[in-house]
Amino acid sequence: MSVVLEDTAPALTVNHVSKVFDVSAPWLNRVLERRPKLYVEAVSDISFTVEKGTCFSIVGESGCGKSTVARLVTGLYATTNGDIRFGTGAKGRPIKVQMIFQDPHSSLNPRWRVGDIIAEPIREMKLRDTEKETLDRVRELLETVGLGADDALKYPHEFSGGQRQRISIARALASEPELLVCDEPTSALDVSVQAQILNLMRRLQDELGLTYLFISHDLSVVRHMSNHIAVMYLGRIVEQAPVEELFTNPKHPYSKLLLATIPDIENPKRRVEAQAGEPPSPLNPPSGCAFHPRCPVALPKCSQSAPELCSTSRHGKAACFVTQDTAAAEPVKAAV
Amino acid sequence: MVQPIPVPEDSINATPALDVQGLSVEFPTRRGVLTAIDDVSMQIAPGEILGVVGESGAGKSITGLAVLGLLEHPGRIAQGAIHVGGRRVDTLTEAELTKVRGREMGAIFQDPLTALNPLFTVGKQLVETIRLHTPLSKTEAEARALELLRSVGIPAPEERLRQYPHQFSGGMRQRVVIALALAAGPRLIIADEPTTALDVSIQAQITALLRKLCDETGVGIMLVTHDMGVIAETADRVCVMYSGRVVESGPVSDVIHNPQHPYTKGLMSAIPSLHDRVEVLSQIDGSMPRLNARPSGCAFHPRCPYAGPKCSAQKPSLQQVGTTSAACWLQQGGTE
Repeated sequence: MSVVLEDTAPALTVNHVSKVFDVSAPWLNRVLERRPKLYVEAVSDISFTVEKGTCFSIVGESGCGKSTVARLVTGLYATTNGDIRFGTGAKGRPIKVQMIFQDPHSSLNPRWRVGDIIAEPIREMKLRDTEKETLDRVRELLETVGLGADDALKYPHEFSGGQRQRISIARALASEPELLVCDEPTSALDVSVQAQILNLMRRLQDELGLTYLFISHDLSVVRHMSNHIAVMYLGRIVEQAPVEELFTNPKHPYSKLLLATIPDIENPKRRVEAQAGEPPSPLNPPSGCAFHPRCPVALPKCSQSAPELCSTSRHGKAACFVTQDTAAAEPVKAAV
Repeated sequence: MVQPIPVPEDSINATPALDVQGLSVEFPTRRGVLTAIDDVSMQIAPGEILGVVGESGAGKSITGLAVLGLLEHPGRIAQGAIHVGGRRVDTLTEAELTKVRGREMGAIFQDPLTALNPLFTVGKQLVETIRLHTPLSKTEAEARALELLRSVGIPAPEERLRQYPHQFSGGMRQRVVIALALAAGPRLIIADEPTTALDVSIQAQITALLRKLCDETGVGIMLVTHDMGVIAETADRVCVMYSGRVVESGPVSDVIHNPQHPYTKGLMSAIPSLHDRVEVLSQIDGSMPRLNARPSGCAFHPRCPYAGPKCSAQKPSLQQVGTTSAACWLQQGGTE
């Protein structure tokens, strides 16, 4: 193999991307009931870059827009604003992207044999010349993800949840992608099976040099998998930092809340009064910083204007007036 | 604060809220009888939270349903006895059970939306439940409904009583379900995955609420979940289930920090840590056996790293090992 050009450009660059969904009532209802059109800004003005060979994770609670980001990156949704750029991959082409979905029960066609499910992208994209080569590739993929070559003739219902997720991964790998977008890949699995899938994903990353965009609500999984984390709240990235930094020294009050409320097996927080409040509806977001109604340190200006994402350390950024004010008062000695 | 049930002090302390002895649940099918639960025993003292943890298919929900008398046809209790507050409930007729269910035991299920009737206001549902099980008049029942909503932490309960379930958020709906379960002052609450459908920050609020209610009213709670973190932060004691049997039980911190059964050990180390990062998670290979293909002897032996010839021949029973009880030949004279 020839030496591939050492390309330092990021695998994925997301620039000020927004996505607005039209959730209005049907036309006739709007006319008769005089209701206005209704829009939801599921993702508003987010930017991040994913370096090659790393794992970038997006965490947040349901409705924060993290799955929408996954779907924007894979092109399943069109962006309303902003742009998404892919870096250069093998042979100077843009890198290839594939997606792994959360539910391995509904993402595999129950009427197709596993071999056909995995072979479809190979046949469709004409990645192999002959049928024999295609079948060899399917066998190889099944073995890569820890299944047997004879499993190609079975149907998805013959497999357990974890094995089905392995099939999804094999199918995603079939088109030889360089960036895998994983939308909650282990949320539907039991812990012992989750460990198998996470180990498999880490091994594949090492062997194939994959880049991951990992979407999850489970902070312990995210900590295990990622190099860099973005925390989303109501369509915005509120904090972005390398994994160790975010876990040891979270800057944004929402990141602090998330870290404080996840159940911790090693040091259980018993009898701690949980912080009140719930995420607001994206249909009717609060003014200013969306987190201010729940924020323990909110300032008067938090309800008036939304803070921008500003650097808090060398690689960390947070969107919070309070953090920015304290940072301004005692400037962080960041290495230049 | 909700008034405790009017029972003499000594009888509260004397009788356990729940006493399950040697419970077996079978599902007769065309291809033979499937044993979902095999010889399960557990006790819950008043004011105690017992966590029942296991992966999907372990039989933890079936245990809860059997106690409630809600096994779906053709499921049946084959053996064993269930006492709730000293009264045997597994031999009651359906009509008698209807009176006990709701009065003596309440239930909280995973999805709060399907547990509430969408056509009635929350107040009406509460008042109906209270009046069905207690001799209170309508006005008294309304006052109690208000008090219940307040005790589960719902703001502005006077207005909330007149609202319908769809006007509540997920976390608030689960609080209403908890209020309903508490309506008649039961001795036992079966909470089946009460926080699984909720976000982490809301999950922390609900588990804190369960703890508080348990301390205040002296109700015993059986907390069925797959999430070891929730157990660690909520329960007093824990039963770990695997393939229809209890494999280990004991005080929460002992089971978590010093597990005896190989399955519990594997389960604990498969959970990604929030504190340190490891390259490879330890994983339990394989998956839980299906009901129709349960291995002989100890059901865990095909996945167990320590299995010996005795493990595939004989079922181990639950024996005291230090501070916890484990069903494993390793601690009971070896696997040879």
